[in-house]
Formats: sequence, structure tokens, C-alpha cells
Amino acid sequence: MADSAEFAHHIRTRTLQMINRARSSHIGSSFSMADLLAVLYNGVLRVDPNRPDWPERDRFILSKGHACAALYVALAERGFFPESWLDDFYQNGARLAGHATHVGAPGVEVSTGSLGHGLPIGCGMALAAKRDGASYRVFVMLSDGECDEGSNWEAALFAPHHRLDNLVVIIDYNKIQSLGTVKEVLDLEPFADKWRAFGWAVQEIDGHNIGEIQQVLTVLPLKLDRPTCVIAHTIKGKGVSFMEHKLLWHYRSPNSEEMAGAMSELGVGE
Amino acid sequence: MKLAERDSRVFLVVGDLGFGVTEPFAQRFPERYLNAGVAEQNMTGIAAGLALSGKIVFTYSIANFPILRCLEQIRNDVCYHHANVKVVAVGGGFAYGSLGATHHATEDLAIMRALPEMSVVAPGDPEEAAAATEAIAAHDGPCYLRLGRAGEQKVHGRAIHFQLGKAIEVKQGSDVTLISTGGMLQTAVETAGVLVQRGLQARVLSMHTLKPLDVGAVLAAARETGAIFTIEEHSLIGGLGSAVAETLAEWGEGEVVFKRFALPSGFACKSGSQEYLRAQFGLEVGALSDAICAASRVRRLAVGASL
Repeated sequence: MADSAEFAHHIRTRTLQMINRARSSHIGSSFSMADLLAVLYNGVLRVDPNRPDWPERDRFILSKGHACAALYVALAERGFFPESWLDDFYQNGARLAGHATHVGAPGVEVSTGSLGHGLPIGCGMALAAKRDGASYRVFVMLSDGECDEGSNWEAALFAPHHRLDNLVVIIDYNKIQSLGTVKEVLDLEPFADKWRAFGWAVQEIDGHNIGEIQQVLTVLPLKLDRPTCVIAHTIKGKGVSFMEHKLLWHYRSPNSEEMAGAMSELGVGE
Repeated sequence: MKLAERDSRVFLVVGDLGFGVTEPFAQRFPERYLNAGVAEQNMTGIAAGLALSGKIVFTYSIANFPILRCLEQIRNDVCYHHANVKVVAVGGGFAYGSLGATHHATEDLAIMRALPEMSVVAPGDPEEAAAATEAIAAHDGPCYLRLGRAGEQKVHGRAIHFQLGKAIEVKQGSDVTLISTGGMLQTAVETAGVLVQRGLQARVLSMHTLKPLDVGAVLAAARETGAIFTIEEHSLIGGLGSAVAETLAEWGEGEVVFKRFALPSGFACKSGSQEYLRAQFGLEVGALSDAICAASRVRRLAVGASL
């Protein structure tokens, strides 16, 4: 797919269909990162669907594993596995479970679901590349809520110390976590300053502006010898007006009326 | 060191501990050594990331730090991904006795045994420890290695044949069997010596691998000696005694006298050396041999033999 905006739209539509069919959750978290994912899988990540284990591939770790439906759509679209696998997502006997699952799913680098695991693993992979003189890069997508986890801050100390400029963290900063807004639950601000103080090269972007995303992800590393942290300001539920900025859509799957409304907003017949 | 000489995939990742132990490796192989700092969760995640990039990674720290502090990283990042990570804890049991209960690794075997994919190894003496290190490095997949502290006595008088999952028969015997794991081997052998003087020929098995358990050796011991005593510096819950009991309950034939010598589920709140704390819980030759004689006598009476 040549157009990332179109790709992102496909991710949202298909994700909504999957979550609706499965009566599962996390629409909001999937939609907030759909544009980021689209740009990543539309030319930024050096990956080869025909060789998912290609040693020189870029690694992508979805640390916010609850938003895996969107990742599965991107991987199917890129041809890592058949589109038909998306149809029984989350259902009995399906290979694609409700949190990112690497077993039997080519292209899913790491299984996640418990928060705060992706970045340490990514540090290990980035370090391996450095020590081996390999040129691949490691991208880790974090949620804002999972930045409550101490393990991320252990890794945040580690990566600059070891000059892992082949490591890129992208934070889907949609400002809503599991039980409320980030501000109410455990405020992360001044967020960018925290990462800067730890020694990261930080850039804040509009996580729904394809051009901005594209721009930052094509000038990596932002600074030589420093890991990169892209803080993407996003909107939870972005793409369907009545789901935007709503905690509810961390949990709900739509009823038939809502589904019709959402699909119509996305410009697709159900 | 020898391993790392031979195999360039071997990495050592430590959690800012190992003073006086890790320096030679760090100096010889700086590119394959890493001090992750006092950050065990990150250390274990990094180890998984390295292993998923083709390395054989040893994580190293003391007592509970490399296992309990980062248990979920071990379960999800290491075990679920079948990552080639070897978790090494020094100070198993009461090895750091006087440092207090935070430093007593007395539930580690149970917790590690419960994890899918994980092999669990607790060598009985320095010779077994060296052989075990080689064996886990050669084994593809997650392993837990429980060590004592450097300086334990050698128990084996001769060369050993070490194989993961195969108990080592340290002493032959036909009346009772003592099965030990980890650093209790020395005590088990000494106890067997006392038992001989008291008329019981005790077989001694070093069960250096708790998982997979050598079921064959346990069942043979039950069949051939009719009495099994497990000895471990670990909680009664979930360790060697539990593993042997599960085996006997499910697969054992006939009457078997069975008793576990282990630690009650609790904290040793008093300060004390390893030897002192072991003795507090009956893990010393006198108490063990008395208890084993008493239990065996009951059996002899039951089957009509005289002791």
C-alpha cells in the first residue's frame, strides 16, 4: 500500500471489525497508534514478509500488547500471514490471541501483554546488534500508562549509558490509561524532559500527522550515540468521533448501532 | 571462562554483584560482559533480547535477586520465548545465612520448577557445579542454576558422569535411599556413613536436576530399598521432597517409607551461619540419622524384620 493514510484507515477499519466480531476490547488503544503503525509498516521498518526471521531485519516490539489487533492487521496487510487469520482473532482455538502473541504468528517479534516488558527486551536486541556490528534497528512502541512501570525507567537509564542509537522508543501518548486520565492517575509530565534528563534524544510529534511521523522516522537516529524517544501526541479512539478521548473504549466493543455509526464514519459499509 | 573461550555466543550479564568473581570474565571478554546495574527486571529483559538475537546468556546475581525480583520477566520474556537464558543464583538456601532472611533463597526451587520450559539444576558439589554449567550451556532453552557459595568441599571422590535429568548415585545401598539436592549432598553422604554404623545400608542419590526429575532413579530406589528420605535446604513446599512425593504417589508400587527433610514454610529470623541455621531445622547429620533410623525401624517392624 503506497499511501500511509490509506493504510492507517485500513488498520482502523479491520481492527474495528475484528474487535466487534470477537466482542473484545482496546479499540481506543489500537486507534490511537494506527497512524504510527501505518508509517512504520509502510516503508520505515526494514522487514521482509517472506523471511520473518531474516537476521538483519528491523525489530518491532509492541510493548502495549493489548493493542495487538492493529498490529495483526498491519502484518497481514504486509503479507506476513493470510488476511483470513484475522477473522477468528481472540476466539477459541485462534492463533491470534488478545495480546500480542509470537507463537505461530510470523512477524510478531515478542509476545507482550504484561506492561513494561518490551523496552528491556528491545535494549537487549539493540545491544546485540551493537556488539555484533549489525545494522538493524529496534523499535519499541510504549503506551503512556505503561510508563508507570519501573522496568521502563531501568531500561531508560540503560540505553543512553550504552549509547544504543539503534533503539527507538515511540510513545503513544493518548493521555488516557486504564482507570482514568494519565494526569489523574499518575502524571507523567514533564514527560519529554524526563526522557531528555535520562539522556535520550527526544522529539514530540503529532501522532496522527502522517507527514510528521514519516519525517521523524526517516532521520534516525536523531542524535548520534543516543537512543531516540518519539513522544507521539495522540487521541485515544482517533478516527471515530464518539470514541475519541473516551476511557470507555478501552473496554467496550460496540453494539450494532455503534458499529454501524463507526463504520459509516470510517466510510465503509459494514 | 572455558565456555566463553569455546563459544563466542556466551554472554554474562550481572546485576551489579559478583565482586571478586566476575572480573576475569569481564576483562577477558569485555564485549560479552555486561553489568546491567541494580536493575534485575531490565537485566532479565536484556538477557532475553540478547538470547533472541542468538546469544547464550547467563544472568548472575545473589540469592533471590535474579529470580524473584524479575519473576515475570523470567516467565514471559525468557520461558515463553524459549530464550536461551541461564539464570544463575549464588547463595542457595542459607549460604548467606547471617545476612538475614531477605538473603535466604529457600523457595527458589519450587518457584522455578513451576515455570514452563524451565530446567532446574542445583549441583551438589563444586565438581557437579562445573559439569552443570557446561550442561546448561549446551542445553537449548531456559535453565535455572542454584549455586552455593564458592569454597564448598568436594564430595565426589572420583570423576562423575553428569547428565541433566539423571541423578548421580554417590553411594550404593539397599536398605534406605537418601536423595539430596544442592549443597545438602555432603550432609547426606555423612549421614549415610552414620547409618552404616547403625546397621542401615543407605543409598545416596545426588538429584542435581530437579526438573526434569529422574523419575526412574526415584522409582528404582523405592522398589529396591523401600524407604526414601529427601534432604534439601529449601521449603517443604514445592522442592525436591514435593517432586519425589508426586512421583511416588503417582507411579510408586507397594509400601514405601517416605519422609522429607526440609524447611518449614517460614522465615529464619535469627542471624546465623549456614551450618547454624541448617541445624536449627534439623538439617544436620545427628538429627537426620536419628530420624531416619526411627522411621526405618517402623518399617522393619511392619514387615517383620529385625533391625
